[in-house]
Amino acid sequence: MELATFLIQLLNSVQYGLLLFLISSGLTLVFGIMGIINVAHGSFYMIGAYLAWSLTQTLGNFWAALALAVPIAVIIGLVLEWLVVRFLYTRDLLYQVLLTYGLILMFEELRSILWGDDVRGVNIPAALDASIRLTDTLSYPVYRLAISGVCLVVAGLMYWLIQKTRVGMTIRAGSVNREMVQSLGIDVKLIYRLVFALGVTLAALAGMIAAPVSSVFPGMGNQILIVCFVVVVIGGMGSVKGALVASLLIGLVDTFGKVLHVQIGGVHLLPELASMSVYLLMAAILLWRPEGLFGKHTG
Amino acid sequence: MNSASTRAVVVAPAGHSAPALETRSLTRRFGGLTAVNGVSIRVESGTVHAVIGPNGAGKSTLVNLLSGDLAPSHGEIILEGTDITRLGPPQRSLRGLGRSYQKTNVFLPLSVFENARLAAQSRAGSSLRFFRPVLREGAINRQADEAIEAAGLSARRDRIVATLSHGEQRQVEIAMALATAPRVLLLDEPLAGMGAEESSGIVRLLSRLRERHAILLVEHDMDAVFSLADTLTVMVNGTVLETGSPASIRASAAVQAAYLGSEDTHHD
Amino acid sequence: MTHAHASRRASAPALRFLLQVLLIAALASLPWFAEKYYVQFVARIMIMGILAMSLDLLLGYTGLVSFGHAAFYGVAAYVLAMLTPAYQAAGFWTSFPIAVIGAATSALIIGFFVVRTHGIYFIMVTLAFAQMLFFLFHDTRLAGGNDGIYIDVRPDARILGWKPFNLERYDHVYLLVLVLFVLVWLFLRVLLRSRFGHVLAGIRVNEHRMRSLGFETFRYKLACFTIAGALAGIAGYLSAVQFGVVNPEFMGWHQSAAVMMMVILGGMGTLAGPVLGAAAWMLLELGFQSLPVAGSIDLGKHWQLWMGGFIVLTALLLPSGLLGAWSSLARQVSARRGAGPQTTANPMASAGKGRPLDRQP
Repeated sequence: MELATFLIQLLNSVQYGLLLFLISSGLTLVFGIMGIINVAHGSFYMIGAYLAWSLTQTLGNFWAALALAVPIAVIIGLVLEWLVVRFLYTRDLLYQVLLTYGLILMFEELRSILWGDDVRGVNIPAALDASIRLTDTLSYPVYRLAISGVCLVVAGLMYWLIQKTRVGMTIRAGSVNREMVQSLGIDVKLIYRLVFALGVTLAALAGMIAAPVSSVFPGMGNQILIVCFVVVVIGGMGSVKGALVASLLIGLVDTFGKVLHVQIGGVHLLPELASMSVYLLMAAILLWRPEGLFGKHTG
Repeated sequence: MNSASTRAVVVAPAGHSAPALETRSLTRRFGGLTAVNGVSIRVESGTVHAVIGPNGAGKSTLVNLLSGDLAPSHGEIILEGTDITRLGPPQRSLRGLGRSYQKTNVFLPLSVFENARLAAQSRAGSSLRFFRPVLREGAINRQADEAIEAAGLSARRDRIVATLSHGEQRQVEIAMALATAPRVLLLDEPLAGMGAEESSGIVRLLSRLRERHAILLVEHDMDAVFSLADTLTVMVNGTVLETGSPASIRASAAVQAAYLGSEDTHHD
Repeated sequence: MTHAHASRRASAPALRFLLQVLLIAALASLPWFAEKYYVQFVARIMIMGILAMSLDLLLGYTGLVSFGHAAFYGVAAYVLAMLTPAYQAAGFWTSFPIAVIGAATSALIIGFFVVRTHGIYFIMVTLAFAQMLFFLFHDTRLAGGNDGIYIDVRPDARILGWKPFNLERYDHVYLLVLVLFVLVWLFLRVLLRSRFGHVLAGIRVNEHRMRSLGFETFRYKLACFTIAGALAGIAGYLSAVQFGVVNPEFMGWHQSAAVMMMVILGGMGTLAGPVLGAAAWMLLELGFQSLPVAGSIDLGKHWQLWMGGFIVLTALLLPSGLLGAWSSLARQVSARRGAGPQTTANPMASAGKGRPLDRQP
């Protein structure tokens, strides 16, 4: 592989990995702090992408759409927590899975009613619609770099929020001992509501910024959800650090899995099998560490 | 502590081979904390070996290391001459090491009989048998009933364990341990949370069991410990302070200073 | 226990047996008086009933929440499709066992990885592996890809020249489904009373304690996962025979979730529950799909919206399923009347934990 090609693939895998991190960090936070498994998490990614598309259509500007879509995502998160999710805190995992699965069906149909079932595209905003030339024939789009940049900034903000702020300390304490936090007079309910909204917003934001490079289509949320599950299984449920490491790992394995398969050249034996590489990675990690790379060992 | 003098120290017969259970510099660290530190003890068959010490001395960790619920950081565990350090809980259990738990750890939604039967079934070879009803497995059912009787629970045989009193649930723990017919029995605070009357029942039960099992007993109730134990090990801060007969432990100045004197008022 | 009470309980099994025989006889006579559409619909309910019972073995009896159970249903269906040559029939007596063994083998392999995880990991990992199989069939040209693969001619049941039944006939398919449904039911009843079944119950209640009793629980959970996979394979094979087409949706997660919903809707940890749930689910699906057009929105076309809402409400309001709701209602009524003692009432086996072992008198 040429150096330039390698570099492009490396940048692609990092960009994909960081985007995955943006989505799966919300999934893992909501589980780690609230003890909720939310299989509808991927739907928020889809909703974000569709919001970006439809608002760009109406407003004529991607940035304006983004500025409006983020608060909408926050509101969706807050309302959803109040409406249904708060009834799940004391319930069995099974019912959490079922209820949030029911939400997926509803979101998909509402999407179909509101926005139809066609595949949509969002134009790359003009300011970032450029490429960096690597060689005479190869270049790398600026927008993809911007995606990575946004993800890194969000990751940094999250680190700061969780590790350095008073809210973050409360969140961490709340995930360790709910009763204790409650006895300190801190409103756990409010924290849960905010954390859930944060998770929804992160996934929706990922959908918004990904919309210009990946098309906007029905079922996109479910596709990404499964990969996020793999991320969380590999990284360890509840660990944000694990989600980051596992996302980047999967970005690499997925991207290079596809490329290297093409490289075999002469033998084109089911090249699509490359998409299996992430699952094989997961299987290997399960044998080695069933609780994930950074997961807490639970009896 | 009044009944200690009634029991003489049983000395292992001359030429006795390997002890029932032995540990060699057993150590377990949790992060920076060393919960069990270089513990070497010998539990001789036919005896009750009690481990006492203040809270946080590492007694429960020791039992969990012995049963395989925890893996040691280093050291060895030898059961009847065989090194079992690397074996998991199921294999240790099948080799004759039974245990009860400090926090009642039974099958609450099942009946007393079903609890004991599951325990007995674990000794009856593979349970990858798909067709014959367990109800017709005479040997298993008999063994379960014997264990229930030995634990003094015959009157409660068909009750759901969740509906029993705390003390009775502790008896179910013991019935289950017995139904696995262990040669070495690890009892982690069998009297925890019991009233005086329930306690004396369990103490009577344990003193009957000593004839057939080597028992390692962790217990805070000093009356019970001194009436049952043939050998005592005092642990403090994860290490063995002293091992000896009840009389010698009672006489030991070091033990008095470290434990008995200060803890006499607080058994918890 | 009073004498009258004891005799009432003794006669209950006999009554239940009689009812079951009558029910099977009624089901067997259906093709003689019902139209093709209804016969096929009932066959589908029974196929889903087999699938739901097989999932309940994991979910309700062992406490393993598998979110990828449709994978094995799909594998068996694909095995039949791939064994069927174009415009010719596969042999029933060879393709059926091969399909079931194929499902069992894939369950054994996937189970080897997933059974070592617990709780939430188990849910996610079963889903992920099922999706891996889904993408294997969806993205590759292994068996028709996205569009699926047709079974032009149904399997041939000829055995040494004698043809006991003809699977090109819908009524024969129905009777085959009924026979296999009853066999699976009986098999599970026997299994659950065996040593193995009791080990599963022990694992569900307290796996840690089972290990300290000397049970290598990994082995038993893997066996359970494999058996459930094989039974799901029976359902998958029958579905493929009935539809005549197999596509990746057979093993999609919507299928897995639907089966899970059937089990919970009916009541986990029972055999009648999942079957009841399957029937209720399919009737609901039919009901929602036949909703009219209201204004600019076709209510029937968007049936999944109502289904989703129904699932959300069920998860919130009906934690122990239809059977659970029924028995708690019955308990309340009998308590109000001050009737008989609740000898088998079991405080711990509430909400979704199912019934433990056979009660012994």
